[in-house]
Amino acid sequence: MSAGNAPSVLELPVTAASAVAAVSAWAAARLALQRDLTLAFRKPAQLLQPLAFFALVTMLFPLAISPELSQLRLVAPGAIWAAALLASLLALEFLFRDDAQDGTLEQYVLSGQSLTALLFAKTIAHWLLTGLPLACMAPIAALSLGAPVGSLGAIMVAVVLGSVTLSLVGSIGAGLTLNIKRSSALLSLLTLPLSLPVLIFGARATQVAIAGGPVLAPLELLAALAVLGVTLAPLAAAAAVRISLE
Amino acid sequence: MSTASLEVENLHLWRGERHVLRGVGFALAGGQCLKVTGVNGAGKTSLLRTLAGLMYPEEGQVRWCGTDVRRDLRGFQGALAYLGHEPPLKADLTARENLHYWIRNRRRVSAALLAQALLRVGAEPFADRLVRTLSAGQRRRVALAGLTLCIVPLWLLDEPATNLDAEGQRLIGSLIAEQLARGGLAVAAVHHELPVALGAVRQLELAA
Repeated sequence: MSAGNAPSVLELPVTAASAVAAVSAWAAARLALQRDLTLAFRKPAQLLQPLAFFALVTMLFPLAISPELSQLRLVAPGAIWAAALLASLLALEFLFRDDAQDGTLEQYVLSGQSLTALLFAKTIAHWLLTGLPLACMAPIAALSLGAPVGSLGAIMVAVVLGSVTLSLVGSIGAGLTLNIKRSSALLSLLTLPLSLPVLIFGARATQVAIAGGPVLAPLELLAALAVLGVTLAPLAAAAAVRISLE
Repeated sequence: MSTASLEVENLHLWRGERHVLRGVGFALAGGQCLKVTGVNGAGKTSLLRTLAGLMYPEEGQVRWCGTDVRRDLRGFQGALAYLGHEPPLKADLTARENLHYWIRNRRRVSAALLAQALLRVGAEPFADRLVRTLSAGQRRRVALAGLTLCIVPLWLLDEPATNLDAEGQRLIGSLIAEQLARGGLAVAAVHHELPVALGAVRQLELAA
């Protein structure tokens, strides 16, 4: 019942399967990234949730504290980073959950590809869809909290670097809580302590940028955390997913 | 290349206080199929998941082509296709897109080959519809197209005929027969008769 008369690879002996070109880990990871982006843009409402949360929280500060820019400027670093951290947590729950429920993660494990590479690709997709938009919105939020225009570039870079680490650290927590119903609270408990260095150095970088000081040192620390996250978090996330799938 | 073979020896699996698999063992060679039967909760799904390396047994060994699968688990997993209760499909992608992302993760598959597999399982008419609009039986057919496209020696099938009509069940039978004729192996957990009229089918009954 083949479509054509020519012999198809589907009719080859299975031991000749090696004749069919295998896919490199890089190509498989790129495909996983592409798939997640395609799926995300078909459900845009889910994409907007963390962004709307971040905008709402940072916009509430002027209402709750004072419209005085000098006062807002003092709380801006804390407000921006606490909001970014919580918005990032909000999105983490979706990182692996759908894939675990519909069996996609199992197929990733059984694909013969590196699970670490595939989950890293998923985490990059997650960052592109949540962390990067947050970083783009951070200068607007900072401006509304009285940050000078000259500091906005550094604030954006800080949020870019910090959000990378938040996504990576979050991937470990998301992997560990895959099989737990209503896992948001546990996910926060697991992830928040590991995210504290990002909060501290991120807020410091923002504070220094607003004050017009040398911002390079805290940015370098944020970059170092991101590099550490890229190196270790995908391995830990893969191990966590394997344990959760058992 | 050597003939594929699967040997399972004295598998014991515990889930909490429950002793799910109690010394399960069998051997299969290329061209053979094992039908795993048993009442609900007897451990059929656990056995398949253990064979696939998704669950870790407390005792026992699974050997693929004579080598313990734990020595190269990723290599072994690349040589098997596992179809669980739920087809691994994304509701917001079309059937064709699902296969594209699922199978191209493993190997390069041309659009023509993908279309051929969809045609083979009778899924071509609804290949470009979102999976969320398909019936359970249609989803199962799409998953079967994915199974054939994996082109691997070992199939692990958990209730493969679920939600399929009589023609779909015959299709399962012919797909398994083709897999065996190509020198492959299949382990299928089933409640009902496996629709494969072959002498190569053996049976393993799991006690509750």
